[in-house]
Amino acid sequence: MYAYDEYDQAIVDQRVSQFRDQVRRRIAGELSEDEFRPLRLQNGLYLQLHAYMLRIAVPYGTLSSAQLRQLGYIARRYDRNYGHFTTRQNIQFNWIKLEETPDLLADLARVQMHGIQTSGNCIRNITADQYAGAAADEIEDGRVYCEIMRQWSTFHPEFSFLPRKFKIALTGSPNDRAAVRVHDIGIRMHRNAAGEIGFEVMVGGGQGRTPMIAKTIREFLPKEHLLSYLEAILRVYNQFGRRDNLFKARIKILVHEIGVEKMRAAVEDEWQQIKDGPLVLPQATIDAIAAHFAPPDYRPQAAEQPEVERLRRSDGEFALWERTNLFPHKVPGYVIVNASLKPEGLAPGDATAEQMEIVADLADRYSFSEVRVTHAQNLVLPHVAVKDLPEVWRRLREIGFATPNLGLITDIIACPGLDYCSLANARSIPVAQRLTHRFSDLARVHDIGELQIKISGCINACGHHHVGHIGILGVEKNGEEFYQITLGGSADQDASIGTILGPAVSSKAVIDAVDNLIGTYLDIRQGRETFLHTVRRVGVAPFKERLYATA
Amino acid sequence: MPLLKNGKEVEDPWHLAVDGDALPVNGPVIVFLARWKAEREALLRRNIGVGVRLKNTDKVAELADDLDRLGVVALEFPKFSDGRAYTQARLLRERYAYRGELRATGNVLPDQLLFMHRCGFDAFEATDPRVLRNWENVVGAFSLFYQPTGDGRATVNGLRQTRAASDNEGSR
Ligand code: HEM
Ligand code: SF4
Repeated sequence: MYAYDEYDQAIVDQRVSQFRDQVRRRIAGELSEDEFRPLRLQNGLYLQLHAYMLRIAVPYGTLSSAQLRQLGYIARRYDRNYGHFTTRQNIQFNWIKLEETPDLLADLARVQMHGIQTSGNCIRNITADQYAGAAADEIEDGRVYCEIMRQWSTFHPEFSFLPRKFKIALTGSPNDRAAVRVHDIGIRMHRNAAGEIGFEVMVGGGQGRTPMIAKTIREFLPKEHLLSYLEAILRVYNQFGRRDNLFKARIKILVHEIGVEKMRAAVEDEWQQIKDGPLVLPQATIDAIAAHFAPPDYRPQAAEQPEVERLRRSDGEFALWERTNLFPHKVPGYVIVNASLKPEGLAPGDATAEQMEIVADLADRYSFSEVRVTHAQNLVLPHVAVKDLPEVWRRLREIGFATPNLGLITDIIACPGLDYCSLANARSIPVAQRLTHRFSDLARVHDIGELQIKISGCINACGHHHVGHIGILGVEKNGEEFYQITLGGSADQDASIGTILGPAVSSKAVIDAVDNLIGTYLDIRQGRETFLHTVRRVGVAPFKERLYATA
Repeated sequence: MPLLKNGKEVEDPWHLAVDGDALPVNGPVIVFLARWKAEREALLRRNIGVGVRLKNTDKVAELADDLDRLGVVALEFPKFSDGRAYTQARLLRERYAYRGELRATGNVLPDQLLFMHRCGFDAFEATDPRVLRNWENVVGAFSLFYQPTGDGRATVNGLRQTRAASDNEGSR
């Protein structure tokens, strides 16, 4: 994976010194809170309901074991012993003291991490397929281009005060695991008719209060033009994006208002003027970055693995986990292992210092020291030899990260909600926890099959509810928590926005409501079709009828 | 108002003529775009320096043919968070090769100076006195930069290429 050279390191170190000085001035009273606010936000430091919250970037979801171990240290030293992995592949710490943040950031810089551009109206952390570089189905390791974009976007002088925040996601696989079509810019790698690999560029997707699916503005962009094309899009957006209304400031509104044709024309026009300028990516530059992502030293593996075979036959729990939480690797004898951060009854995406350290140890021993963070708030050991599966499984089980529920009803995405967030209408985490209790019977969970529940505590949609197969949105009615339910959303290659089912249900009723929807599905599904397929086939009416008949 | 130019506090010789006001009898003057377009000939005939101030919704291309006649182009930051003038600045410097004074006006804060400088601004109206005091500090906060802009600073990529080339020399 990418390792900083002395230039990258100097930039991050200089940032720490700068922030240390700003914090000193704030504490000395030389800066008012109003003046300090934008400065701390540029380092990912938010003031939340109870304390400061620090958001740390995990570029394209890739962590080294040393970085994860350091996050564990930070959880212990500066927080209440845990951290929260988010839907943007970042990690947040919720109980931070202002005066300690410079030291915290210095500790992060020691392992090449930071909170730069995790907040504010700038280009945010760039997200990617969590299986990049390992997945059997990928065309190319997209992290190479994510790293190139990371460098280009870091402290970009022209684009640090955009109309609104700006999120870019990239997938190097035709099976989109990065939700690229709900990002301001979504990038999909593919081959053109001549067999060359390049990018499809989509623009104007997003969630929040006006969810939209991104539209393609360029079918095929050669690699060398990646940065100039992005610069053209950002330049058009910086000039013409709306600034009169915060809720209409995202690029999706610009694209929606002027139409994709005009947007394309404006971008192409700008691009023609800069495409052969200093942003051209020479092959040597791409190769130099790609060298960092060279495949690890895979070992030839025996085709037969008697111990694994034996365990598979003797231990149903292992067999179920193996069927559920793994993903095919591109190298024979290896698999991708998902550590589920969704055990029954706990907050989705939370991990304690000890859990982080143990996953880091497992990565050192069994996954070439690499870990990934997924947008579904799980962790991944991307390169595990099949022969090591029994040991990895045992160790993950000991720390509660081996629930066999990946992609199933209890693999819930939830935002921090009213437990932490100052913008929330309702709590999210307790709803997720109650759902995991209700659906604790694994046989039933597996019978229900593939199903994504996504929960947000308000319309900002940090919990991706619009693209949940079942979306749950917290709203407030007469001072009480209510939940609006949507059906049929999806964030993958055939992305769609969910349809609102009907009036919001009370907090007390929301778990029964989900159960009721599942009941309808189980009754009307045909063969092995998934929940999403059933909704797409029959629409929301049958679900709605039965839900509100009993309510 | 004090002006920070090329890192030093200087007397501002320019007078901003608000639309409708008579032009001053002498001294260089800055006008808004509409007036420039309407009174271009007369302004040039004064022969003592003319500059144009653009709103951040004006198109810089409108000045493209006149840039070598202008002593100042002033751009606006109505709020520090309204970043449209960064794009205008880069277009003026990099696309239209403007070489005269490029001035930032409005809500100019110390922590934005480096970004502005990188986009081509070389003069800053200092409504906030901290702008004058902190120049060295804020512009010196970073010594390395990823993006190529027209500011002449080396980019990290450029440094890497130079290093790779000299490594090759060394190994030969
Ligand atoms: C706790 C503090 C947080 C605050 C104040 C906050 C604020 C916001 C706001 C205001 C929006 C709407 C932006 C818009 O529509 O223009 C938003 C969207 C979003 N946030 Fe958060 N958020 C927080 C935490 C999180 C967390 C923990 C995650 C990840 C789990 C997250 C991920 C997202 C995502 C994915 C979106 C929607 C995608 C989009 O921007 O269109 N946020 N957030
Ligand atoms: S969706 Fe709303 S409640 Fe949840 S984290 Fe985002 S802003 Fe907070």
